[in-house]
Amino acid sequence: MLKLKKKIQLIDQHDKNYLYGGKFGGNFIPETLKKPVEDLTDLFKKLRHDKKFITERDYYFKNYVGSPTPFIKLHHLTKHLGGAQIYAKVVSKANGGAHKIYNAVVHALICKRAGKKYIVGDTGAGYAGKMLSMAAKKFGLKCKIFMGAKDIKRQKPNCDAMRQNGAEIVPVYSGSQTLVDAVSECMRYWVSNCDTTHMAVGSTVGPNIFIKICAWSTAQISRELIIQLKKEFGSIPKKLKLINCVGGGSSAAGFWNEFMDYDKKQVEFIGVEAGGPKNSKLHAAPLTNGSKLGILHGAAQYVIQDKDGQIGETSSISAGLDYPGISPLHCFLKDTKRARYTSATDEEALQAYKLVSKLEDLSPSLEPSHAFAEAIKIAPKLSKDTIICVNSCGDAKKDRSIIKKRLGYFK
Amino acid sequence: MKSNISIAFEKCRKEKRPALITYTVGGDNTKKKSLDILNAIAKHVDICELGIPHNTPVADGGQIQNSAYRAIKNGIKIKDIFYIAKQFKKNNKKKPIILMGYYNNIYQQGENSFLQNCKRSGVDGLIVVDLPWPENKKFAHKCKKYSINFIQLISPTTSNIRMKNIMKDSHDMVYYISMLSTTGGTLKVTAKEILKNYNKIKKINYKQNVVIGFGITEKTIGSLAKADGLVVGSALCKSITNALARNTDPIRSVENMVKQLKAKII
Repeated sequence: MLKLKKKIQLIDQHDKNYLYGGKFGGNFIPETLKKPVEDLTDLFKKLRHDKKFITERDYYFKNYVGSPTPFIKLHHLTKHLGGAQIYAKVVSKANGGAHKIYNAVVHALICKRAGKKYIVGDTGAGYAGKMLSMAAKKFGLKCKIFMGAKDIKRQKPNCDAMRQNGAEIVPVYSGSQTLVDAVSECMRYWVSNCDTTHMAVGSTVGPNIFIKICAWSTAQISRELIIQLKKEFGSIPKKLKLINCVGGGSSAAGFWNEFMDYDKKQVEFIGVEAGGPKNSKLHAAPLTNGSKLGILHGAAQYVIQDKDGQIGETSSISAGLDYPGISPLHCFLKDTKRARYTSATDEEALQAYKLVSKLEDLSPSLEPSHAFAEAIKIAPKLSKDTIICVNSCGDAKKDRSIIKKRLGYFK
Repeated sequence: MKSNISIAFEKCRKEKRPALITYTVGGDNTKKKSLDILNAIAKHVDICELGIPHNTPVADGGQIQNSAYRAIKNGIKIKDIFYIAKQFKKNNKKKPIILMGYYNNIYQQGENSFLQNCKRSGVDGLIVVDLPWPENKKFAHKCKKYSINFIQLISPTTSNIRMKNIMKDSHDMVYYISMLSTTGGTLKVTAKEILKNYNKIKKINYKQNVVIGFGITEKTIGSLAKADGLVVGSALCKSITNALARNTDPIRSVENMVKQLKAKII
């Protein structure tokens, strides 16, 4: 069985080929990208130990992102379910409404340090794109966002925001016209423009360096949470469950990072993938459903695919989770058994949204609604001294039309 | 024993012209049509590249994507690519055929099983777009064991030291990517600039066969005729797309284009 190392950041637990556990991740990239990826790897290696850079990052996290985001108890939900105590880390209160702002700010800062004026990124739910457009505007960079045509239709509010921030949205019509195609097209654009342009992959996927930068950025979430937990309980609770949705896996990686070395009996990580529509064969849950190891977007990972190695189509109500692959970090956490992965269907996510938004002053987007679905499922079976914390990593405003259509109302 | 690929380059050298290398996607738009196209162009072409259609091709531009999606939509599987290669080789024993694709299609079948299939179908070489040096060393070594040429790529971003390492580990052919682009982009650098980089590679090893690809069309091919070989891909894929749209015969339009390309370099 694969083993995690203690006291070494998860993102650094790879071998010389950038593979986690000898098999996940790596850099399966065209020759043209070798040099830009190497340059970026070297630059980031320097910057993450550069005090000035860290100070700058923390300044913007505090004053621009609005760190720390709230940690609240969901009293009504807890009472309603009658089991574990349920809390939420309301990351959706970050500037822009989701965790994607951390990665976006860090990439914009790196882009500036690299002396590049153009920044490009992919987006599914539109949050990665919206945040990158915000950061680009803030730091005076020209920004292009690649987005599947299907996602452009279903996540209009975020598209409007991107345009308002002066970013160009490039619609992607190939394949399933969702996140997977947006990432491919963004990588193609970078192949052609890597001399002038910085690429920001929107999640903990892609060539190794992008996984590193993204998880390093979202780790802010758990740095805050650890302080907030200690403040609330005096110490880290004896039975703590950290529940997070996973698509690419960026918010979960950040939500769990600082808790990595805790025994899993004390701090359990539960990742919730998109199970897709009920009774449909399509899903976006490669870990839950035991997909085979394959290569997607430059990295080896468990990925939905056919026998020939063609990447499979996915389906999910949440654009942000609608991705056939999953971060190599999560593959590694699954195989080391540090984290447990499960899935929630579209319908379960909607029901979770309904319950949470009815009982609490919280309106989680469809992505974290998957995590809430799992919390709702397990909380009644758990003891009262168990603490569940859900990362409410996105705000439902972007899902207004979908929720209205499916539930008949939007809070 | 000399490989078919080496022999093809020697022949061109004697004729004082670059090798003409074509790329079409296997199974575009059907298994039969794809084979018929190869058979029709074989006599004008020195080396045939056959693309393995992949549905997330991160280094391919629109034209090759269209061809690949078309083939996959028509139900083409990897075994069909081997079938096409094998049938082609029946009539064109000495004509080198190179498969070009992405690593996942190889990985899912298993490297050894894939190479055995290559061997059985008479495939002469392999280009794996997303398996760069040094990650490709093990696989390249395996290819050699099966007497299959592993063909590496060099791009304008490749550093001098990498270039030397890639050349050191190369087999009978190296592929220079003309510019920063996916396949099929408009040539955005001058022929002079491309040849300057090409010469830099040749200087490392004059004996190595170095071909230039990406952005090569009827318009640009003549200006690069000094190279050992020139690859045309997207232009051919586009001509298939156009022929299908017009409801005309793609075999004839690809053959005509290949003839025109050839005329520009002899």
